[in-house]
Amino acid sequence: MDLGLDVTEQNGHTVLAVKGEVDVYTAPRLRERLVELVTEGKRKIVVDLEGVDFLDSTGLGVLVGGLKRLRSNDGEMSLVSTQSRILKVFEITGLTKVFSIHDSVEAATAG
Amino acid sequence: MVELEIPAEPEFVGLVRLFVSSLATTRRELADDRIDDLKLAVSEACTNAIDAHADSATDDRVSVSWAEGDDRLEVAVNDRGPGFDVASIPQHPPVTDPERLNFERGLGIPLIRSLVDEVDFKTSEAGTTVTLVMYCGPAEE
Repeated sequence: MDLGLDVTEQNGHTVLAVKGEVDVYTAPRLRERLVELVTEGKRKIVVDLEGVDFLDSTGLGVLVGGLKRLRSNDGEMSLVSTQSRILKVFEITGLTKVFSIHDSVEAATAG
Repeated sequence: MVELEIPAEPEFVGLVRLFVSSLATTRRELADDRIDDLKLAVSEACTNAIDAHADSATDDRVSVSWAEGDDRLEVAVNDRGPGFDVASIPQHPPVTDPERLNFERGLGIPLIRSLVDEVDFKTSEAGTTVTLVMYCGPAEE
């Protein structure tokens, strides 16, 4: 099972585009990539989830950990998703109140 | 009943999702978003089962069984881990509390409870069986 993790710079933000299924098997790779980006000094990170087919609680935990790491380094992380199956997971867990979730990368990098 | 046994390794959870979504699609009258709910709930239960095996260092497999009634389907995830007390799972701080970011785990069981119509946890020192129920009729011929 492949997990795509492509990094680009857009409008002063680092955009991490995730593709595939994020679960207990693949989430560690997402965690590693986020840690690397923060270690490299990236402080404005947008995680683009539009290419994600499946996201479970392990993936949510990695995103929560990434947000905590960034905030403790005076950074910020936002998300991009318009898929109801992905947004539903954030809604059930109440994490829509924790994350800033946008409907496009353009909107997420506008600030 | 149909049964799938997997090694207690994270790479096999995707196979379990395919197992349940394939059966749900072909055999039951279930909307796509409900199939997504079932996949996620079963995946969470398998993740917990694999964690339980890791904690107990047992080589036993995790089994996933599929059973059907006229108005329901049942998926049971069975592990041989040391068992746990569902009632003792700690509550997270409210999402608006900054302390909430210190909790990366513990979302699986609340998700399961929200996604399926019934859930039952049977746990003992010999292992845990999580049974997930969705109300639905059989697929039309």
